[in-house]
Amino acid sequence: MIKNGSNPFQHLEKSAVLQEARIFNETPINPRRCLHILTKIIYLLNQGEHFGTTEATEAFFAMTRLFQSHDQTLRRMCYLTIKEMANISEDVIIVTSSLTKDMTGKEDVYRGPAIRALCRITDTTMLQAIERYMKQAIVDKVPSVSSSALVSSLHMVKGSYDVVKRWVNEAQEAASSDNIMVQYHALGLLYHLRKNDRLAVTKMLNKFTKSGLKSPFAYCMLIRIASKLLDETEGGHDSPLFDFIESCLRNKNEMVVYEAASAIVHMPNCTARELAPAVSVLQLFCSSPKAALRYAAVRTLNKVAMKHPSAVTACNLDLENLITDSNRSIATLAITTLLKTGSESSVDRLMKQISSFVSEISDEFKVVVVQAISALCQKYPRKHSVMMNFLSNMLRDDGGFEYKRAIVDCIISIIEENPESKETGLAHLCEFIEDCEHTVLATKILHLLGKEGPRTPQPSKYIRFIFNRVVLESEAVRAAAVSALAKFGAQNDDLLPSVLVLMQRCMMDSDDEVRDRATFYMNVLQQKQKALNAAYIFNGLSVSVPGLEKSLHQYTLEPSEKPFDMKTVPLATAPITEQKTEIAPVATSKLPEKLAPSRQDIYQEQLSGIPEFQGLGPLFKSSEPVQLTEAETEYVVRCIKHTFARHMVFQFDCTNTLNDQLLQKVVVQMEPSESYEVIHYVPAASLPYSQPGSCYTLVRLPDDDPTAVSCTFSCTLKYLVRDCDPNTGEPDDDGYDDEYVLEDLEVTVADHIQKVLKPNFGAAWEEVGDEFEKEETFALASVRTLDEAVGNIVSFLGMQPCERSDKVPENKNSHVLFLAGVFRGGHDVLVRARLALADGVTMQVTVRSSEETVVDVILASVG
Amino acid sequence: MDSTSPEPSLYTVKAVFILDNDGTRLLSKYYDPELYPTMKEQKNFERNVFNKTHKADNEIAFLEGMTIVYKSSIDLFFYVVGSAQENELMLMSVLNCLFDSLSQILRKNVERRCLLDNMEGVFLVVDEIIDGGVILECDPQQVLQKVNYRQVTESGYGFVLFDYITGSVEGQSERSQLLQTTTRYQNRALHST
Repeated sequence: MIKNGSNPFQHLEKSAVLQEARIFNETPINPRRCLHILTKIIYLLNQGEHFGTTEATEAFFAMTRLFQSHDQTLRRMCYLTIKEMANISEDVIIVTSSLTKDMTGKEDVYRGPAIRALCRITDTTMLQAIERYMKQAIVDKVPSVSSSALVSSLHMVKGSYDVVKRWVNEAQEAASSDNIMVQYHALGLLYHLRKNDRLAVTKMLNKFTKSGLKSPFAYCMLIRIASKLLDETEGGHDSPLFDFIESCLRNKNEMVVYEAASAIVHMPNCTARELAPAVSVLQLFCSSPKAALRYAAVRTLNKVAMKHPSAVTACNLDLENLITDSNRSIATLAITTLLKTGSESSVDRLMKQISSFVSEISDEFKVVVVQAISALCQKYPRKHSVMMNFLSNMLRDDGGFEYKRAIVDCIISIIEENPESKETGLAHLCEFIEDCEHTVLATKILHLLGKEGPRTPQPSKYIRFIFNRVVLESEAVRAAAVSALAKFGAQNDDLLPSVLVLMQRCMMDSDDEVRDRATFYMNVLQQKQKALNAAYIFNGLSVSVPGLEKSLHQYTLEPSEKPFDMKTVPLATAPITEQKTEIAPVATSKLPEKLAPSRQDIYQEQLSGIPEFQGLGPLFKSSEPVQLTEAETEYVVRCIKHTFARHMVFQFDCTNTLNDQLLQKVVVQMEPSESYEVIHYVPAASLPYSQPGSCYTLVRLPDDDPTAVSCTFSCTLKYLVRDCDPNTGEPDDDGYDDEYVLEDLEVTVADHIQKVLKPNFGAAWEEVGDEFEKEETFALASVRTLDEAVGNIVSFLGMQPCERSDKVPENKNSHVLFLAGVFRGGHDVLVRARLALADGVTMQVTVRSSEETVVDVILASVG
Repeated sequence: MDSTSPEPSLYTVKAVFILDNDGTRLLSKYYDPELYPTMKEQKNFERNVFNKTHKADNEIAFLEGMTIVYKSSIDLFFYVVGSAQENELMLMSVLNCLFDSLSQILRKNVERRCLLDNMEGVFLVVDEIIDGGVILECDPQQVLQKVNYRQVTESGYGFVLFDYITGSVEGQSERSQLLQTTTRYQNRALHST
């Protein structure tokens, strides 16, 4: 043994160690030397040393000879070697009989580890050979043997579920063991074998919650099972399972108490009263001397504060004490929790506290801090200057992409919420892109500059920052900079000559995309036409990208004289859905972002597969599903309305919830109230129990009266019933006709309009022009607030609010709402609604469109 | 950290590792094949964890979406890693068990040199505490009893000789030797508690 040098393993040579391993073959065996060599081999494997199959197999076979020795530690190291080498050596099953012997032998010290090593090298076919021993081992009275067998069984469930599930009875017996670890492992295995059988899980829970358990680990497991079951069954909080979890708050072990508190906090729809006991135990933990417990408590309280800030206010004092905690993670969580629960007056003080240590915490927690600030800005908009200052300082510090992105997102949202902070915010962002290594962020900021910059009092000062990017950055950033420049040129006439000069330079760029963009914008700008600028520079394309790709591909397959018509391309649905990301330390997802086809693209695909619906043209709009039955009825039917240029297709998704019936030839008969004409029914051929199926109804929209946009249909489900055996699903030979009345289905104006986001509403308004402008004033007597009025109008017309005009600033008596959409047939339609609050709400609606009837339709439907 | 509650499962520990004061790996085990599958990713993770934790003895940290509990002693750092949803106290009990068991095996000399001299004991202790990510045992006394490990002493050579002599008559002497060592450990355990 090398006794000098700081690490006896430091300069180990794999080949030298393998050479040494030859002494395994010497007789008599020298346990101490062999032990040391095995340790070296395991150490090398642990360091990531690569062993070739041949050399590994050779060493492995030599090692098997060591089973002749009776040295305990040496034998145990042999087991470890077997486990480590199971995947790199060949023919490891050669040790099966030695291990089986140890597993069933008299030496208890060997039995557990031998089972674990054996199961590591056993596959499904070999497992049957040792099944008998495994069953015995599970119920063995020596705890280490039983535990080893249970845990090894759990590992093998993945590969050999069918064999392991036969051991349920033995596991059941082990679960009533006195040993706490055996109990825990048995519970884990039982749950794993039964987790798909809700009834069995319920029974198991009942049994253990009544009889009680000894192991705190098992209690934690039980709490998790109970809360999962509560979640799945949507069980109310009066359920015995909830009572069980709550009773665990009084357990004497902290681990169990914390698990129960955490389970309650994570339950959806918990009331403040149900949360209170959980919050108060967490409050106690806040002053624990154990850092891990304080961390756990404050992290969970932070979660509570997101949904129920008022429930946490009682803990404010304890949280304040944690701000100075030497563990920065705890301090950060405490501060962000306080930011959520605290009052406006405490904000300045808390921000000062954070800036004192923000450089010491990890990126994950920096993101948490930024998100808390972002939430705070929405709550107290008046504090935005403090926040902006703070964020700009953070932006200058070091940090990874996630962190920087969180800050940029936060600044952007402050700019959008508070117009007066726009200029400072843009200035900070401009400074940031001067030295920004993240392409995604740079392009995002350039896009924002293009959108907001031209509308500031001094647009010229942004040009320098943008053009610097054209000179210095990568292709993607240069292209984004060109697009941003074009927007300045289009909006500000006095800047146009200089922008054109800069564009000219960009046309000599080395990258194709940059050159193409510059050439395109150059030509559009030179026309000096407002309408062209609006259509091609400000508002861009509003079609769905996968749809465009498909249409173009189709066009190239069938060459025709006609030019390609953009109007045949389906529109993009739901432009810009703002998702509020949850405020929590984000586990960085490794999923690549894919451009998933939208819901509408999927429908388009499905519908075009049905022969009756060919020749309807592109799908214009698909509605959200409408329920036509109550939730708990024999048949569940929901309808999706698909709008085409001159037709509508109603898709009925039906589910049969009766297990003794098979439905066939299912259709929904529709009786329209207006001059709509039902042309065709496509039945669902068969509807077995609990397998959803769809039937369709095709309706022609009235040609002669284009203003007839709304209609009510009375619907009846008609079908042939064949009774069947609930167990086998075997149907009777003959059946009978039956029907089932559904709720009425409404078609409204919103079904004829697709939402389109116009990033620059003013430009779009000018583009459409006032040729068919009409204006009317309405009084909305029943509406009390501007917010409510805005919500009603948006949902009634089904149009896209632009310029964030759907958010009504607080304490204002008047508001202007901008809505944009495309009417069926491809006519742009824009609505400007001026709202004034007096007794009720007075609304002046101005509608513009490229088609007169559309204007009439909108005004008629509003009235 | 998503808002869902943890999936009921016995797979609690994602990884455990022991580093020295340069951040060099002395032992490490990763139990979730999806977490850092390559040696390079593992070592990067260990490096990152070490950089963020070796200055302050804070017991718990949250890095790369993982909860990490840790402890240091002289020139050694012990880490136990679990998912963001994991019960921190469960991870803590694993860490404490690992530390206390090693502390007894190393006769309270929890430092790098002594640990490396008894590496086989360290491997065995880790193997008895966690099996494939499942907590197998978390009571240090039970772990020691199961491992039944004799520390290498300065009279190591004597042992070699002893083993050599008894090699031929192992069958008879082994039982009594086993009894001796277990009682010796139990006595010591009693003594230390």
